[in-house]
Amino acid sequence: MKLEIDKQNDWTILHLLEPRLDAHNSGELKDRILKLLESGDKQLVIDLSEVRFIDSSGLGALLSGYKNANLHHGSLVLAGPQSRVKSMFELTRLNQVFDIYASVAEALAGE
Amino acid sequence: MPALRKRWLGNEVMNTPNDIQVDIVVPNQTRYLSLIGNIGEAIAKELDRYQGDRETLAYHLNLVLTEAMANAIRHAHHDNSKKTVRVKIHIDHHQLCIEVYDQGQGFDLESVPEPDPGAPVDHGRGLFLIRTLMDEVEYRRGKDGNVLIMKKKLG
Repeated sequence: MKLEIDKQNDWTILHLLEPRLDAHNSGELKDRILKLLESGDKQLVIDLSEVRFIDSSGLGALLSGYKNANLHHGSLVLAGPQSRVKSMFELTRLNQVFDIYASVAEALAGE
Repeated sequence: MPALRKRWLGNEVMNTPNDIQVDIVVPNQTRYLSLIGNIGEAIAKELDRYQGDRETLAYHLNLVLTEAMANAIRHAHHDNSKKTVRVKIHIDHHQLCIEVYDQGQGFDLESVPEPDPGAPVDHGRGLFLIRTLMDEVEYRRGKDGNVLIMKKKLG
């Protein structure tokens, strides 16, 4: 899975550089998030702006990351989803679980 | 107009001139999800008779194909790369029909629970999405294999 990791203050930002988040790569995303949490990166922003398609396993990997972040006394927020990706969170009501920000900058500002 | 009516020959549908039928078999590997999903998306963009938003329909077809295929690959075929998944897409004037075949043990569609928004878990949303986005969903079990049939009206 193509991704870039940036750090800003206490935050670790995962820029997902895949157009699709589906059953082919969601397992790897889940593992990458867990490894970051275990290595002490506990404040995570997932930048979804390059993702144009997400399926139920992609949503599941993010939910697993969210839960694991809580277990590690950290947090995981989402940033920059495209409109159709965002609508998948709404359809599954996972928008009630995640903090979803319009951009990484807004997520870092907590706006 | 009898000429436009379908003629059934066994299980095969004779196409009328404006119908589209795609019948594709891919290895039982998740790397082919995007190939099949993208075919659904490309077909949706050609459906000028569809009344709604074609870009949204394109995403939804990509999604239901991806979900149905991933179910076949993972749950029915247990990631066995020696197996294959067959997908048929048929579009006539009135509706779009997607069939995804598997050779697994099969399951009872009615007994699949709806996800609980109060206690979200990280799996079990695939069939919920398919049922939400399509008009009719049916799963038929047979001794030579099973098929998930998903239909959407185009009018």
